[in-house]
Amino acid sequence: MSELTDLTIAKARKGLAKGDFSAVELCEAHIKAVDAANEALNTFIMTTFEQAVERAAQSDKKIKSGDAGALEGIPLGIKDLFCTTDVQTTAGSHILDKFTPVYESTITKNLFDDGAVMIGKLNLDEFAMGSSNETSYFGNCISPWKRKTDGANLVPGGSSGGSASSVSARLVMGATATDTGGSIRQPAAFTGTVGIKPTYGRCSRWGVVAFASSLDQAGPITRTVEDAAIMLKSMASYDAKDTTSVDLPVPDYEKTLRDGVKGLRVGIPKEYRVDGMSDEIEQLWQKGIDWLKSEGAEIIDVSLPHTKYALPAYYIVAPAEASSNLARYDGVRYGLRVPGDDILSMYENTRAEGFGAEVKRRIMIGTYVLSAGYYDAYYLKAQKVRTLIKRDFDEAYKKVDVLLTPTTPSPAFAPGEKGGDDPVEMYLNDIFTVTVNMAGLPGISVPAGLSSEGTPLGLQLIGKPFDEAGILRAAQTLEDAAGLLPAPERWWV
Amino acid sequence: MYKESRETEKKNLVQGSTGDWEVVIGLEVHAQVTSNAKLFSGSSTQFGGEPNDHVSLVDAAMPGMLPVINEACVHQAIRTGLGLRAKINNRSVFDRKNYFYPDLPQGYQISQFKHPIVGEGDVVLDLKDGTSVTIGIERLHLEQDAGKSNHDLHPKHSVVDLNRSGVALMEIVSYPDMRSAEEAKAYVTKLRTILRYLGTCDGNMDEGSMRADVNVSVRRPGDPWGTRTETKNVNSIRFIGQAIEYEINRQIDVLEDGGTIDQETLLFDPKKGETRPMRSKEEAHDYRYFPDPDLLPLEFDDELVEKLRGELPELPDEKKDRFMSDYGLSPYDAEILIAARPSADYFEKVAKGRDAKLAVNWVMGDLSGHANAKGVPLHEVGVSPDQLGQLIELITDGTISGKIAKDVLEIVLEEGGNPADIVEAKGLKQMSDTGELETIVDDIITNNPKQVEQLKTKPKTIGWFVGQVMQKTKGKANPQAVNKLLQDKLEIGEG
Amino acid sequence: MGPARIRAIIYEVLMKVDEKLVRRIARLARIKVSDSDVQHLEGELSSILGFVDLLSEVDTDNIEPMTSAVDREMFERKDVVTDGGYPDDIVKNAPERDDHYFMVPKVVE
Ligand SMILES: [Mg+2]
Ligand SMILES: [Zn+2]
Repeated sequence: MSELTDLTIAKARKGLAKGDFSAVELCEAHIKAVDAANEALNTFIMTTFEQAVERAAQSDKKIKSGDAGALEGIPLGIKDLFCTTDVQTTAGSHILDKFTPVYESTITKNLFDDGAVMIGKLNLDEFAMGSSNETSYFGNCISPWKRKTDGANLVPGGSSGGSASSVSARLVMGATATDTGGSIRQPAAFTGTVGIKPTYGRCSRWGVVAFASSLDQAGPITRTVEDAAIMLKSMASYDAKDTTSVDLPVPDYEKTLRDGVKGLRVGIPKEYRVDGMSDEIEQLWQKGIDWLKSEGAEIIDVSLPHTKYALPAYYIVAPAEASSNLARYDGVRYGLRVPGDDILSMYENTRAEGFGAEVKRRIMIGTYVLSAGYYDAYYLKAQKVRTLIKRDFDEAYKKVDVLLTPTTPSPAFAPGEKGGDDPVEMYLNDIFTVTVNMAGLPGISVPAGLSSEGTPLGLQLIGKPFDEAGILRAAQTLEDAAGLLPAPERWWV
Repeated sequence: MYKESRETEKKNLVQGSTGDWEVVIGLEVHAQVTSNAKLFSGSSTQFGGEPNDHVSLVDAAMPGMLPVINEACVHQAIRTGLGLRAKINNRSVFDRKNYFYPDLPQGYQISQFKHPIVGEGDVVLDLKDGTSVTIGIERLHLEQDAGKSNHDLHPKHSVVDLNRSGVALMEIVSYPDMRSAEEAKAYVTKLRTILRYLGTCDGNMDEGSMRADVNVSVRRPGDPWGTRTETKNVNSIRFIGQAIEYEINRQIDVLEDGGTIDQETLLFDPKKGETRPMRSKEEAHDYRYFPDPDLLPLEFDDELVEKLRGELPELPDEKKDRFMSDYGLSPYDAEILIAARPSADYFEKVAKGRDAKLAVNWVMGDLSGHANAKGVPLHEVGVSPDQLGQLIELITDGTISGKIAKDVLEIVLEEGGNPADIVEAKGLKQMSDTGELETIVDDIITNNPKQVEQLKTKPKTIGWFVGQVMQKTKGKANPQAVNKLLQDKLEIGEG
Repeated sequence: MGPARIRAIIYEVLMKVDEKLVRRIARLARIKVSDSDVQHLEGELSSILGFVDLLSEVDTDNIEPMTSAVDREMFERKDVVTDGGYPDDIVKNAPERDDHYFMVPKVVE
């Protein structure tokens, strides 16, 4: 049965259609894989095996009767930031203790309407705040990859650590994820998976627990670019319940996936050559350039002069929005309540115990930068810098169609290795990804090789607004050139 | 920049023990927008209901819920702006006002801070003494209402009902242009009239549809502003007056005793008629306003504004002017009639095509008397405009006298029916037939020679003869006809 | 606000990240902090505020702030009641409730 878990979504779809195996068999193979791995990897906060098998059985009926959806019978993991009807949703936080929504996020509804089967809810950094999945109330999530040099366990990246790790470890065929500053692309790079963050407004945010509303955007993590195209098509939709979702038709990404990059103008932003970037990353980037060039792309040097301000601006905007978005967790209507003598102490006790250290830190920063007398110097300034960052991209896109950069400045690290004394050290992980969120653009991370430590490395493509098709196409070319990574060793069985 | 528009007026000064004081009042009125659904969700705005029944997932701030604006509420705000002759801003922005309170589910109120939908306008008040003053409007913005906490159901708990949570409010902020409790009451009354005419707020203060934050300060005439206090959420016009009077006296007492006024937030206790500081005195508010990232700027073109302008009903001030010119009403009568649209409409139905002077007298006189006695508005007194109109026609064409008409009105009120039918059935028609009247007049002249003699020297005593005729005819005789007959028979000039 | 002024404000802040400030912010955010929390929060907030200080060197005169990542007109809903009427679901997850009310410790106004 184990080969069933090695299939891509595209191949599984074909196998299901031909009757090579049933959706129930496919589902059970993945359940077995989860059972074997979850203690070691801790990728699932909660499993929903029973419902999954039931759903898979329904899928089998649909496949037989010829009404199979685009993802009929495909076992997926759902990041536990997506609200799911009657299934506990935690956002990786103690403060949402026992919270069970009576509603389904638009994205998970889209996926289920297309026949997808949810295996369970995936681990993540608390409220998606983190780059290593070390801030979850439900414990660290571990990458299936180990560092060859010392055999150390590695973080899967974050905040979508459970999504990336589960997909990489073949526990699910694909997973939903969200990206506020790099939370899809960075874990994808760390685990050798494909992660696409669509243009802000492409996927509905309705029913997704909010971190920073102007930056949050959901997308898939999969093992191939083609699977990412399939899943994104299903996830994306205009949603009248989300004012910031955009009323544009969703293209059939699969159709144009293999159209190649001939004549594509690829920009190489010089500001991404940062101090302290490892030779390995530098070389990987060059490899990517060569691959695209040899397939007929035109390589053009561009400048994005405000790049270095993106991360500091992000660490004003995101905490500010978060401090307000997380005010609703007050122990009144749902989630944890820690009693107090009066309403004030109930609030303070609940939020002190319910939020972890990183979340509290960010709420504090956000509260501070919005407070009287500081709004102009911090928040307003940061939003102005955002305008400049967006302008940089607009200028570049007059000359190029896509941009190519590394996804991260370094490969995956071990739990506890970063940010222990200084939170900023951890924040630097998102230095290449965060610009994309600040400007609302689409970005994708594609596995491009292994580091000297035997861990995956990723390249990032950044597109024009709503040109997900363009970056998927370029990503397919990179994937074809780099070849698919081998599966990580199953050291946990 | 705001500039004081009022000159100090002697009549508005308050006498203290150490000299005169001038009062400065500004109001922030929260008016519930008339709409079916809430400002950012599809749940009902209906008053009352079971706890948490008119509540959506959005209103309860469930994780991942997002606001979507209700178009009708935007239109209502524009209409109101037009009714206040205010500047309409084609681009406005929704901000989050952050604070913690159990009936504020999101932990913030979506409001408009830096860029409101409506800018400066004004409201004209016609005061009892015949003067009028213009009160400046600083702004009007849209925002969400909070839910309702009840602190009295349990000894150790408060309970929260979110039925009101998310209902659209217009916060209408005046400039500090009022100088007495009377003016403040007149302002709220006029504002309510305007909103009701526009149909943008029902103005039902007992259901909380309108409530005011009252800012009061006092100063020596000619001095700069004094420190003001803000009394929150006063929910009747009478209480607004009481709260202001109380604050004026309290502040003057404090200042005259050598004390200072604290800039503080107060609550009004209607039972005691007093204000008191809010007990939940926390650290100074820091609302951390910032643009709501879940929403886009609110933008519309002039075309929409002009379309809405074209659909506006006649507004109170316009109607008042028209009533004065079309029906010859005095400013005072006109002001009273236009105060509520139904009474204005009632009057207009009665007056149209009939004797306007009679219509005014009857509506403002007898009918208002009956309405006041019953404690109902004019249009609910139980006499339709048609019935009153018919009555006036019967007077105008001489069928009945004004005196008989009063009786007919009583009958209509008690038993209903058409005035014409009543007059017919009860035989209340005036006797204008000279033949019949002549017999009666002759009788009286023959039987009262003494009075006839007296009349020769005192022509004014003709009234006595008229009275006799009226008595005989039970008031039905046409007084003019009687007069004419008497003058002819007794050969005297007009009395 | 020019770069020099912003830098001045930020330096003033960095100097001022002290126990009092941390406690004031924590109170505003309704998060109870212990004495040991306060100590490490002082350091962490200083570090983050020092990091974001980089922005003060950017000239943003005459630059409009980004108000939304979406450059479109806002969709407006029709005024129709389409939601509500499920109080059971609204209070279902409440830590403490009385019938269909949410219950909280007594609030004194
Ligand atoms: Mg106010
Ligand atoms: Zn307000």
